[in-house]
Amino acid sequence: METVVIIGNGISGVTAARHIRKLSDKRIIIVSAESEYFFSRTALMYVYMGHMKFEHTQPYENWFWKKNRIELVQGYVNKVDHENKQLILNDNDPINYDQLIIATGSKPNRFGWPGQDLKGVQGLYSKQELEQLEIDAPDKEACNRAVIVGGGLIGIELAEMLRSRDIPVTFLVRESSFWNGVLPEGESEMINEHIRDHHIDLRLSTNLVEILADEEGRAKAVVTDKGETIACNLVGLTAGVTPNISFLENSGIELGKGVKVNRYLETNIPDIYAIGDCAEQEKAIGNRRTVEAVWYTGRMMGETVAHTICGQRRKYSPGHWFNSAKFLDIEYQTYGWVFSDQNRREFEEHFHWRHDKEMICITMAFNSSDKKFLGINTFGIRMRHEMFDRWLTEGRTIDYVMEHLRDANFDPEFYSQYEKEIVDSYNSAFETNIKPKKKSWKRIFKSA
Amino acid sequence: MKKAKYIGLILFLAGLGIFTILPFIGTYSLKDSDFKEWVEEKGIKSELFLEALDKEVVGQRFSGMNNLSPIIAAALDKANSTHRKNKEYNKIIYTKAHDISADLGKKAGTGFIPENKGLMWWLTFGLGIVGALLFILPNVILLGQKGIKNNGIYHANATNRGWIAWLVFFYLIAFYLLLYFRPEYAVNWTYLVDPISESLSGNPAGHWFVYGFMYCTVMTVMGVRMYIKYRHNRYQMIRTTSVLFFQIVFAFLIPEIMVRLQMPYYDFKNAFPLDYDFFFQWNLRSLINSGGIGIFILVWGTVLTLIIVPVMVYFFGKRWYCSWVCGCGGLAETLGDPYRQHSSKTLLSWRVERWLVHGVLVFAVGMTLMTLYSFFSETGTVLGIKTSSVQNTYSLLIGSIFAGVIGTGFYPIFGNRVWCRFGCPLAAYLGFVQRFKSRFRITTNGGQCISCGNCSTYCEQGIDVRAYAQKGENIIRSSCVGCGICSAVCPRGVLKLENGPEKGRINPTQVLLGNDVDLMHLVNDK
Repeated sequence: METVVIIGNGISGVTAARHIRKLSDKRIIIVSAESEYFFSRTALMYVYMGHMKFEHTQPYENWFWKKNRIELVQGYVNKVDHENKQLILNDNDPINYDQLIIATGSKPNRFGWPGQDLKGVQGLYSKQELEQLEIDAPDKEACNRAVIVGGGLIGIELAEMLRSRDIPVTFLVRESSFWNGVLPEGESEMINEHIRDHHIDLRLSTNLVEILADEEGRAKAVVTDKGETIACNLVGLTAGVTPNISFLENSGIELGKGVKVNRYLETNIPDIYAIGDCAEQEKAIGNRRTVEAVWYTGRMMGETVAHTICGQRRKYSPGHWFNSAKFLDIEYQTYGWVFSDQNRREFEEHFHWRHDKEMICITMAFNSSDKKFLGINTFGIRMRHEMFDRWLTEGRTIDYVMEHLRDANFDPEFYSQYEKEIVDSYNSAFETNIKPKKKSWKRIFKSA
Repeated sequence: MKKAKYIGLILFLAGLGIFTILPFIGTYSLKDSDFKEWVEEKGIKSELFLEALDKEVVGQRFSGMNNLSPIIAAALDKANSTHRKNKEYNKIIYTKAHDISADLGKKAGTGFIPENKGLMWWLTFGLGIVGALLFILPNVILLGQKGIKNNGIYHANATNRGWIAWLVFFYLIAFYLLLYFRPEYAVNWTYLVDPISESLSGNPAGHWFVYGFMYCTVMTVMGVRMYIKYRHNRYQMIRTTSVLFFQIVFAFLIPEIMVRLQMPYYDFKNAFPLDYDFFFQWNLRSLINSGGIGIFILVWGTVLTLIIVPVMVYFFGKRWYCSWVCGCGGLAETLGDPYRQHSSKTLLSWRVERWLVHGVLVFAVGMTLMTLYSFFSETGTVLGIKTSSVQNTYSLLIGSIFAGVIGTGFYPIFGNRVWCRFGCPLAAYLGFVQRFKSRFRITTNGGQCISCGNCSTYCEQGIDVRAYAQKGENIIRSSCVGCGICSAVCPRGVLKLENGPEKGRINPTQVLLGNDVDLMHLVNDK
């Protein structure tokens, strides 16, 4: 019987393991240094905020692994010896494999800032970092101020977490507006407002210069490039993540930013695969980045690689791009491609609508020449994934999408509906005369 | 603002404290005329019992029910055993000693409490309501912007099974035990709501009226809390209004007013088999003897269970009843909301749930068939088993202990839907319809789930919602009461309660939306 070893028990590795089990009888071993059982990384914030206990972030009960014959080994892999098909662990016996999947995820970026390794300086990625935060920032008495460096999704989550315990937060963002490398201007501006509404001291266009230490080697203040010194007890470094692959240096496995893989998620070494955050595509797929540090893509790679390992060699071919996040109280979903103002392609035109009172807005991207719908960002209105996926596949125009927008609404029952306002606004902006159709179950479930 | 909360808490605890002392204090002195009247009304034939009470109770002063009720109980015991020995079966008194004590105690109460009903109401209910509102209302400002307000639930003693939770647990259990099994100690409580009862039905209040009034009060105050906590969520606002309306109007006001109009006491929304004694002989007789309205109730009750309930479940899921109309559900969704996270999500508890809840349904239906057989054939036994002892067993084990003591007492530790999930026979019945023939589902939004676990954690029915959502499957579960909280707490907009075509309602998937279209079809169509 062949042995598949998976390094990393995040969503990618665990999805791969589950699908290999469904497809085969191979022996499956998952090695992880971080935690005994799989947990949802995206849910760590809710543990600190008191919405859940850590055990609630574990999607499977503890008996699941034994029942499905997935062996769990807790240990840190020091070295991959591909010639002998063996993993050397820190304080555990070596493990032999027939096929190896590297799914080690990411680690927080540290850009060589002076003081970045002081006590009280941390990222927020792993279970250990959550535990460290609980020690360094248990309440506002122990932590009078936190400074967060880096305006991305983890940064705003960390800010929300700390605010849930009334800890004052200063949020240093390099960009001139929050996440505007990804979000178009209107949306980014709305999030700026929302961050400030939550009493977070948002500093745009501000960079970290250095972190100052007290006598005990703990962070006591940060210095910004505006010449300001901000006293604090905690520094959160959330300026993005980078593949967690340092243990693979000199292993013979080809590395770039991440572990280099082809479309089949194969590395340069036979029988070694890489998936999830730590994998780097040789060539970008469509508009995607070569390293995709997203929950959903990790899961899809896991689904795909399982088939390859079980003798049905499959290309990783993700469908239409989608993603989601939550900025404090505002839910965000995106389907297809909507680029920020700086990355927008010359044919990409935007329609933006924002509610005049509520924190609700959408942006739709379309091709200015043939009006083909390219994608949507939606804030504060839930939308149906399947509808947009279908419209993108069918190559619908934005006019068609507008006309059928009610089919895509996914807000809970009795919520206010904004389709009419949105379409009216579109009509007046683009001199069209579209009337939104009533929601139709027939259309929604057409192909399902 | 924080100060207002603290003052509110103190007022509430003061009201609760006075309310809690009441069963143990008070003066009772039974007048001869009141006693005679009671004997007449009840048709007591045991001269032994009358003599004993005449000698030991009438005209004397007792301080505290604990000094009065044992005397009545002893007298009853002695009288009944003598009558049994002498085979004077027509003289045996079948009313329970506790109920006699409650009846006589109500007539015998004197002194400050019965003489100052209004003041006492304010010192108990009044302080409780004002204090609780003072504690809750500042949240309009303190909770800040609209959004999910679950911060600190697992850090707070009261909502994380700390000592406060255990205290509430024991208090509630004690309260229900007293209410069901020692009603004589509730006499002082009945005085507080006499004016309200008299204005509704024209009769002085009994302990069930106290409970009914309290139920409405607690639901309303905790409903205010729901309105504040979920003010961004219109589904929750409307649903809360609906349960409050059905509790106050249908379960509380209409039955009392019907009594005033010489009609039978009936809650029009309480469907069999939750209303387990609907087909009991005494109820059938009383309905048949009540003329047109009685017959109407008989038809309505039958149609409600056999036609209205399942048809509505077909269109809307069992939520229309369980979390929009039902009184048990109403209390769970208001008073119980702070504890919803405690329901167990393990596979083991799901197994236990299926055996228990369907077991109770079988018990209820079996008992009712026996009852109806006994009623029409006019026998007391079916296959050698006494119908009345089966009924008594059900009333005690299911009606009182499971639905009452466990159903509500277990809120702070085991979640707010213990009864609805493990015990309610109506829920089991609706569950079958919902699972096999309904348009209701919780739709999972394609591949958007991030397995965070908020939905499962806050599911009061102990459904592991995430297990379905993370596979891209719709949630079709017989136990779902459609409270909508999973959808509310989902940070990614993945879940939506909706009624739609039956086709495609159940959608098993292996590979989720978002991946290679060919791979999805290959795997999912297999």
